[in-house]
Amino acid sequence: MRFDRTPLLIGAILVALLAGGPFLPQWAMFMVTIAIARGLVALGLMLLLRAGLVSFGQALYYCLGAYAAGALGRFFGISDIFAQMLAGAAAAGLVAFILGFLLAKYRGIFFGLLSLALSMILYGLLVKNEALGSTDGFNILPSTLFGIRPGPDWVRYAVFASAAVVALLLALAVHRYLRTPLGRLAPAIKDNEIRVEYMGASARHAVHVMYVIAAVLAGVGGALAATTVGHIDPDMAFWTTSGEFIFITILAGTGSVVAPFAGALLYGVIHTTAYDLSPNTWQLSLGAALLLIIVFLPEGLWSLFRRRVSHS
Amino acid sequence: MSVILNARGLNKAFGAVTAAKDVSAAIQQDSVVGLIGTNGAGKTTFINMITGYLKPDSGAIEYEGRDITHLPPRAITRLGICRSFQIPQLYSSLSVLDNMRIGLGIVLRNAGLGGYFARDGAPVPGFGKPVEEVAEHLLTRFGLSDYRERNAQVLPGGVRKLLDIALTMVAKPRVLLLDEPTSGVSSQEKFGIMQMVLDAVRAEGATVLFVEHDMEVVSRFAQRVLAFYDGRIIADAPPAVALQDPEVKRHVVGRARA
Repeated sequence: MRFDRTPLLIGAILVALLAGGPFLPQWAMFMVTIAIARGLVALGLMLLLRAGLVSFGQALYYCLGAYAAGALGRFFGISDIFAQMLAGAAAAGLVAFILGFLLAKYRGIFFGLLSLALSMILYGLLVKNEALGSTDGFNILPSTLFGIRPGPDWVRYAVFASAAVVALLLALAVHRYLRTPLGRLAPAIKDNEIRVEYMGASARHAVHVMYVIAAVLAGVGGALAATTVGHIDPDMAFWTTSGEFIFITILAGTGSVVAPFAGALLYGVIHTTAYDLSPNTWQLSLGAALLLIIVFLPEGLWSLFRRRVSHS
Repeated sequence: MSVILNARGLNKAFGAVTAAKDVSAAIQQDSVVGLIGTNGAGKTTFINMITGYLKPDSGAIEYEGRDITHLPPRAITRLGICRSFQIPQLYSSLSVLDNMRIGLGIVLRNAGLGGYFARDGAPVPGFGKPVEEVAEHLLTRFGLSDYRERNAQVLPGGVRKLLDIALTMVAKPRVLLLDEPTSGVSSQEKFGIMQMVLDAVRAEGATVLFVEHDMEVVSRFAQRVLAFYDGRIIADAPPAVALQDPEVKRHVVGRARA
């Protein structure tokens, strides 16, 4: 077997982010933190995509994670960044565990549309809920770190660094999962579910596990996004948000656990640039970018990197 | 020899079509049984009922004295009854080696050795060697070593058949059901493939039931023949006897040669 370089790559990125972070301007730090949050959601979508499943409703867990983190501050006065991420993961994981019994039975377009419907139910509930700010949502207190409130110059870096550490540890954990027999089943389920069953494995169980992992990742991402932006609203569960995550996942490709983060960063750059250049037609630029990727890099951004490696 | 698999009074109907009518057969351990009959005679229905894909309307299937009639396919597979398919069921986007790795991974996992914190290179139950070595061992046995890195989608027909059967062997089956292992293979290659498969299967120690249309293959390799016609077993005897049975000649052999 070839030497596994991914842990090294993840380690190098982490060191670079932590060391380089203090030198980044505030806007860049914000952009990278948001990319990490979105990258986590896309990482989960990548897991599902490997099994041939596209969730059109992953914003459900992104939004749940955000509201869990927000509720922690609003109702319990807790604003520790790690507690927020943990609450996001727990809320998303629990809901996915329950909904998973239903969703793991479905494949293809049925899986996609059912997940979309569930996310829109959450959107509907949040819009009607006065206690959670209805359509306006509510603001989130600045994060603390182990009980310490970093000064205004450092709060962004504290969130940025915590996000980087947690996200890359999660990426490493997912990388390990992909090498377990259960993780390896995903492409087998995509190819031939009958064979999976006739070899003594349960495809439904494997999908259920994947679904919960994807939700936990999205929950952590949502909590991170919430505390980074400082505000949450029901739009985080809206179907266009789910669409953005699919966009990032396709942009990134399924080649590596690092790819979704790179994809999310590129998405942020394209989005910001397009918005800067033409505030009224930025969607057009974004669409054109996706079209180009699909035509020229059908395996996603990561195939650029892989192709170069295999040629050298 | 003891009975390993016992089907008793199986009935199955699809609407007006009777696919199995009072099918009973006791399969001896370590025997090689040929299932013959024209298309639609009930051979594959028989296999599908044993492996849990179809539930019989009535009757029971016992494996090593245990009732498996209502178990799902994966539970039956875990007990040691595995099957190959008339149309090979492969993981077609993956390499031959990865096909084997996935299968062996399932075996590890079912034995509790493939969890998240399990160490790499744990020995595969039944083989006592790590996944990579078992994969090579089985690929060599089935003459697939040269195809190791090839995508399953682009394999020649005969090789796909062999990989399909090799995939059933990862779980060390005690009973192996082969659905037309030589269909789609040229008549010159049939004997070679059948010989290789049976050698490999016997070396791993399994009872074999195989569906076959070529009566020469049946008489050469089967110790016993179950002849199906119209959902019933019309003959159950060694090939020399069964193939001379007038009813078998009329309904099965005559048609197969036609």
